[in-house]
Amino acid sequence: MRAARVDRVASRRQQELVANTITHILLIVLGLAALAPFWWMISTSFKTEFEAFQLPPTWLPLEPTLEAYGDLFLDQPFGIFFYNSVKIAVLGVGGQLITSSLAAFAFARLDFPGKNVLFIIVLSTMMVPYAVTVIPLYIVMHRIGWVNTHLPLIVPAMLSSAYGTFLLRQFMFSLPVELEDAARIDGCSSFGIYRRIALPLMKPALATLGVFSFMASWNNFFGPFIFLDRKYLFTVQLGVALVQRQWYTSWPRLMAGSVVVTLPVLLVFLLLQRYFVRGISLTGIKG
Amino acid sequence: MAQSQTLTRLVAKTKANNIRWHRYEGYLFVAPLIVGIIAFIFLPIAASLYMSFNKWDMVSPPELVGLKNYARLVSRDRLFWKVLGNTFRYAGWIIVPSVIFPLILAALLDRPIRLRYLYRLAFFLPLVTSVVAVGLMFRWLYDGEFGLVNFVLSWVRIDGPNWLVDPFWAMPAVAMVTVWQGLGYNMVLYLAGLQGIPDHLHEAATIDGAGPFSRFFRITIPLLTPTMFFILVMSVIGTFQTFGLIYVMTQGGPINSTNVYIYYLWQMAFGSSKMGYASAMAWILALVIFTITMIQVRLARLWVHY
Repeated sequence: MRAARVDRVASRRQQELVANTITHILLIVLGLAALAPFWWMISTSFKTEFEAFQLPPTWLPLEPTLEAYGDLFLDQPFGIFFYNSVKIAVLGVGGQLITSSLAAFAFARLDFPGKNVLFIIVLSTMMVPYAVTVIPLYIVMHRIGWVNTHLPLIVPAMLSSAYGTFLLRQFMFSLPVELEDAARIDGCSSFGIYRRIALPLMKPALATLGVFSFMASWNNFFGPFIFLDRKYLFTVQLGVALVQRQWYTSWPRLMAGSVVVTLPVLLVFLLLQRYFVRGISLTGIKG
Repeated sequence: MAQSQTLTRLVAKTKANNIRWHRYEGYLFVAPLIVGIIAFIFLPIAASLYMSFNKWDMVSPPELVGLKNYARLVSRDRLFWKVLGNTFRYAGWIIVPSVIFPLILAALLDRPIRLRYLYRLAFFLPLVTSVVAVGLMFRWLYDGEFGLVNFVLSWVRIDGPNWLVDPFWAMPAVAMVTVWQGLGYNMVLYLAGLQGIPDHLHEAATIDGAGPFSRFFRITIPLLTPTMFFILVMSVIGTFQTFGLIYVMTQGGPINSTNVYIYYLWQMAFGSSKMGYASAMAWILALVIFTITMIQVRLARLWVHY
């Protein structure tokens, strides 16, 4: 009896061990396959032009060199591109956090005529393809002299984030109302409640939204591509695309460019990834 | 007594005042967002609709032409139909792998194994990389002579094509990049779906003698159909909005075999300055996306278990 049970437990453990090993092997193979393109990018960026075209290809650069990075930075003003990208992202994201948290607070906690209709209207804008709005936006921006400035990339991002409002409103519903009620009884104004209670409690959701929007802004290609054509206004993404136009097959240089545009988002992501995962599962929507 | 009555009245009065004021206070909070949405989304939508009935090159004044833009697109623009077909072909290549691969990953990662966090990270990296970097990376990987893809294929004695130059292979090659980029995102959606499946269902099935495979196919998969449906809809909509990847990788070539909807729209609007024509295209796009979503919602009733 007893021996049989021990046997069963042992065989169950064994089964689990086998299952875990198989899972690990599969995950390692799939993970390496998913990461191989990155390895190829990084390794090529440290190669000489000559080695890049060597057959069979080398997995590790034989003579690692920073030549490609040097060429990249000497050839194009990447410092300026970086500054532009950071400026657009920081202003856009900052503004978006303020406007969407204000609106989310009102939609979740305040009562006003037409609230639900207004919220549905806000949500419906998420379904409008960017292509529908981009042409008239371009024309308007052209008229008011905003083409070839960073404003068309910053101002709409600051003011019209339905996604951010939705995400923060969802999060507000998960917070207890009691604190706010207590504050209201003590005579705190709505803005005071927003500023002193809701906003501090919303911090994790604000971080999630911030990470998403920062990445979306940093990685945005279409917007800057449409609105900017002076080199000194370019973002890093446009900068790298420009390098591609000039050096179509200079692979070490192009890969160095890819590494350079990827590093900042990678850092943000690695530091704040828990917020990132939550954002997807909270709304089911990518920014 | 009288004093307390006055006090009560005073409180009631302030309250009423407050309420009257409070009723509209919410507007102040939503005002910046609403102003932004009106200015940058609703007005452009209205303008776009109006423009789609005009012929306009941004130099001479717009000329009202009624439905001519639409008629021309549908009846005379052969490239338009090709591009529409390409976009569907693109979606066709993407759908099956984007539904299946992330499911496998999620099923593997749903178990409490060691280093789970590290594995998850690996599948996320493609998602946070920009289309410019991804596009360049894959242009190099797909290189006919020196690319890694053909090098790996040569291990199993397959002589790979020059992917992005071959009119047949260019589209599937680009589509696989999209699948690769979406792995992590779809995987998280599945993981969330898996967490929503109550354990007792699996336990009950185990007691009834169901093995892991039949449990996976009879319990897990049916209960994940809403997630699959969501992934399906989002993937198809995504293909209709792809621009950067095409611009970086193929510029719509070879011979327009990867020219997809937004890319063509951009060529019309900003290459040929046909603003009205491109606006009409944008509205057809909105209509197509709406129709596809509706069809999918209808079909979903047949196979999605809520």
